[in-house]
Amino acid sequence: MSTHVEKDKVTGRETTGHQWDGIKELNTPLPSWWVYVFWVCVIWSIGYWVVYPSFPTAHGYLKGVFGVTERSKIEETMANVAAERAPYMERLAALDVDQIANDSELLNFSMAGGKAIFAENCAPCHGTGGVGNVGFPSLQDDAWLWGGTLDDISHTIHVGIRSSDNDDTRFNDMPAFGKDGILSQAEISDVVQHVLSFSGRATDAAAAERGAVIFADNCAACHGENGKGIVEMGAPNLTDNIWLYGGDQATLIQTVTNARRGVMPAWEGKLSDETIKMLTVYVHSLGGGQ
Amino acid sequence: MLLKKHHFLEKNVFFLTLGIFLTIIIGGIVEIVPLFTMEQTIEKVDGVRPYSPLEQAGRNIYIREGCYNCHSQMIRPFRDEVERYGHYSLAAESMYDHPFQWGSKRTGPDLARVGGKYSNAWHVAHLDDPRSVVPESIMPGYPFLANTELKFDDVADHLKTLRMVGVPYTDEQIEDALADLHLQATEDAAYDDGFLARYPKAATGDFDGNPEKLTEMDALIAYLQVLGRMVDFTTYDPSKNLR
Repeated sequence: MSTHVEKDKVTGRETTGHQWDGIKELNTPLPSWWVYVFWVCVIWSIGYWVVYPSFPTAHGYLKGVFGVTERSKIEETMANVAAERAPYMERLAALDVDQIANDSELLNFSMAGGKAIFAENCAPCHGTGGVGNVGFPSLQDDAWLWGGTLDDISHTIHVGIRSSDNDDTRFNDMPAFGKDGILSQAEISDVVQHVLSFSGRATDAAAAERGAVIFADNCAACHGENGKGIVEMGAPNLTDNIWLYGGDQATLIQTVTNARRGVMPAWEGKLSDETIKMLTVYVHSLGGGQ
Repeated sequence: MLLKKHHFLEKNVFFLTLGIFLTIIIGGIVEIVPLFTMEQTIEKVDGVRPYSPLEQAGRNIYIREGCYNCHSQMIRPFRDEVERYGHYSLAAESMYDHPFQWGSKRTGPDLARVGGKYSNAWHVAHLDDPRSVVPESIMPGYPFLANTELKFDDVADHLKTLRMVGVPYTDEQIEDALADLHLQATEDAAYDDGFLARYPKAATGDFDGNPEKLTEMDALIAYLQVLGRMVDFTTYDPSKNLR
């Protein structure tokens, strides 16, 4: 390495003194505008250290003279949001869920909010717009396991179905007739024929007849003598064409053998009462509200 | 200028070594000193506990399958996230995570508070074939989880290893690890006071709809169902933890 400063003849610049096969490196300085920006940034960063939280100390950290934190910002933001919504939320809190429809402005607010809440929390199971999935009921039809009035829907959202989080949860417990050995395979086959006969689909009249007795003894208490279901029990109507898990013979045999016991989470505590009211109004409007 | 004097440093082994040493010291301080203040960073909250053996096994599957590549577990303190997912994540909520699963990519939704949001049956259907319940999903299916028996004979060792890095598992918890792992996947767990005292708020029962077999699906759902549910927010005062 040479310390001798040599000037390049063509450009007049100094060289670094490094050369490779006769090719020499010019010692071109950084553009001055770049150097100024660099130093301004260095000074700016000192300002940052002073006004914003920066470096840890033995007993905490330098908080900065502005005292800004991400969490105080979000608390402030959410407080502003709450203040903006307060006129609606106060009315929602004061009104019963069936009175919301009388206030068209509040109804609009609830429908818009309910839609967003539904999309995030309910649609994964019940499908976009409440179309339903196998095992997760459609909210657009007229069949309601636990009732389709505003109050029923609101209660279901609050406490859930077979939810382990809520002591008042809606609960029923269809026995696993096959697995628990209550009915034999032949008896299950007969009773399924009887269930199929409700919608005129029985393929074996004799079996359906035998199944009628089994149905009366084992199923009628919840599903009703003629299979129309009992809403207070959450027992579905077996005579219509709406099946949560499927209404063909094989699926029915599986259902009677193992039982189903679907679960819906309780939303009390996760969503505020006002939010659940908005959601109730939205769900009720999807097509099947009673 | 000082910069022009580098010839001196470059030609003198002693001062060059000294310079390198000083540079490493400064870098080291900047990297390491913040770790000494970790205790102050973690909020004092009620409810956060180490994962149960079954949850821990599920967590290992979560990591193995690379769930973190698409799902974060970090609700940032922004309005859109707080309104969608719930309270922003606290440091205390991942203090027993080794490694943490905050993630940096959200192809799917954040999972920091997914616990209790959907039923076990939904998780089974969704993990088996995501599009069967969420048609617009681009998540791959994981149907093999329900068929793969959980390998769990080393679960106590996992807990012991975590204890070495600071997760406060008790001797009792490590001793009962295998039994607890089996117990959590049965209906009996909900009535077992010992288990519930060791692992409050744990989701219990048969998770995958097949009580005969303890599968990876059971473990993964047990883990998912506890995410974000531990902190008792009724006793948490955000104004004391502004940072």
